[in-house]
Amino acid sequence: MSSLPIDRALLWLGALLYLAGFLTGLVGLSRRQPAAGSRPLLNALLVGGWICQMAGLYVRGRAVGGCPLGNTFEIVQFVAWSAMVLYFFVGPIFRGSLLGLFTAGYAASLAIISLLIPPWDATHGQKIFGNNPWIELHAALAVFSYGVFGLLALTSLMHLLQNWSLKHKRLNGLFWFLPSVVQLDQINFRLLALGVLLLTFSLGVGAAWWVRDTASVDWPKLTVTLGVWFVYLVVWLLRWRTKLVAVRFAWVCLVMFLIALLSLGPVNSSRPHQGIPTPER
Amino acid sequence: MDSTSSVLFLLGASHHTAPLAVREKLALDETRAAALATRLQATPGVREFALLNTCNRVEVYGVAASLESLAHLRAALAETTGCVPAELDGVLHLRQNHEAVGHLFAVAAGLDSQLVGETEILGQVKAAYDQALARRWTGPVLNRVFQKTFQTAKHIRTHTAIGAGQISVANVAVDLAGRIFGELATTRVLVVGAGEIGLKTVQAFQSRGATSITVASRTLARAEDAAATAGGWAASLAELPELLAAADIVTGSTAAPGFVLTRELVAAAMKRRAARPLFLIDLALPRDIDPAAAALPNVFLYNLDDLAGIARENLALREAEAAKGRAIVAERSAALWPQVARTLNPNAG
Repeated sequence: MSSLPIDRALLWLGALLYLAGFLTGLVGLSRRQPAAGSRPLLNALLVGGWICQMAGLYVRGRAVGGCPLGNTFEIVQFVAWSAMVLYFFVGPIFRGSLLGLFTAGYAASLAIISLLIPPWDATHGQKIFGNNPWIELHAALAVFSYGVFGLLALTSLMHLLQNWSLKHKRLNGLFWFLPSVVQLDQINFRLLALGVLLLTFSLGVGAAWWVRDTASVDWPKLTVTLGVWFVYLVVWLLRWRTKLVAVRFAWVCLVMFLIALLSLGPVNSSRPHQGIPTPER
Repeated sequence: MDSTSSVLFLLGASHHTAPLAVREKLALDETRAAALATRLQATPGVREFALLNTCNRVEVYGVAASLESLAHLRAALAETTGCVPAELDGVLHLRQNHEAVGHLFAVAAGLDSQLVGETEILGQVKAAYDQALARRWTGPVLNRVFQKTFQTAKHIRTHTAIGAGQISVANVAVDLAGRIFGELATTRVLVVGAGEIGLKTVQAFQSRGATSITVASRTLARAEDAAATAGGWAASLAELPELLAAADIVTGSTAAPGFVLTRELVAAAMKRRAARPLFLIDLALPRDIDPAAAALPNVFLYNLDDLAGIARENLALREAEAAKGRAIVAERSAALWPQVARTLNPNAG
């Protein structure tokens, strides 16, 4: 039996630490004491998982000779990693460890699913960035913006749960630890603005190179990416003008991310590049 | 136990044992508390003591040379409070040694309170101890027991949910407002009706930082009176459409026979207030706010029954958590007692 490559071993370890964090958060929640008991342990597990995941991606990056965004597996791992980075920045403003719990569950799901589907990592785009750091920046920012939109989907879900609990007068259990409706709405608006800004910058960088070589980008990818960007931009504009607010805004953010996430696989597999087997690490 | 060995005791009365009429008699004002302290200092065999005097309990914690000293203590209590000894016999409770330790732990943690989990009692226990310490009424036994009491109370508050959830209608409303708006300092509160219950609820909002208060009533004169009491602005009900569009939290407590805030009125206000949610609290009977308004997006409507139901749920949750707290009390008092017993009777085998 061949041994597990070091990068996948690290990524597995990271995923399992995220899962352990999620379970720790659940236990804390069931005891109604996440702030007191489980938050430090949850955060320690998430930091440990994030470091392992980053180390795994680093090893992978060294092996492929560039930013590890060459197949669906790597992109999904990077999206989970990005969401965790953002959690470390915005998590402290949340009561208890609820965002940590949600982020842990989300990152663990993405990481474990990507590890359990071998075809996602069977081949790797060959020199997809052409050794061009600007294209790598474009790709990294685009995927990072997906991480932002992922966190936005989580906070939108929390908004929907808080709204439901207040409307239906079911205020105990999980709902006890949710942030206020107004705070969640403000966080959602800011995350959306950040995601749109990152994606816009990413597309700007990509466009600057694309005009020099229009054949370098396949049309399905271009169409879907621009479509995702445009819809998020319109959503931001509607929220800014307060035409799309509260529950409807949260629903749109949640559904939009699911569509964007589901589009990643087909877009990636439509690449005309000749895939090569993922290099040995 | 050997009747000649020193004893750690608690002697007192609380809402568990004494009806309100007796608790009123037992309540110690400053003068009577000082008189009781003087008596205790002069009571033969009483080595250490501390007085816990709250609206629901009068308790003396102390160290006595023997159980016989407690008879003097009963007499001192009867004399100071003006009760006849027979009156006290039925209401005074006595706990000794590790049971007294456990009782103090439970009291400080809010487990023995009328509203389980209330936090005020811990401050009162601390004040009682600080006073006793400053006046040198305590010694090595009580100092150790009280220090452990504060640690245990903190541990119980941190590791159980006995303090979770509000248990009064006004505080439940404030808690709900927190879940909708977060900080209440920037929220605008509109009180429709100048009734007492509305104004009491406003006080609860003010205690959590709300500063912008408007009272609207059918007659401006009543609104002005109520606004002066609440420290806010007065308005008449004719201005309701504008007031509603600007408010974040609205309480209804008029005596009107029909709805003062109709669904249409609320819907029109929501169109003018962009993304801000609206929290409607109907404290009136018959109701002031059309229940159909609850279906509007970003509108959260609670009536008296809703608030009372949440308060009851929270109280039930606290009671369930109290069992965990009592287990901690039993464990910690059992662990502490051998050390206290050695200090209490150093020469005992």
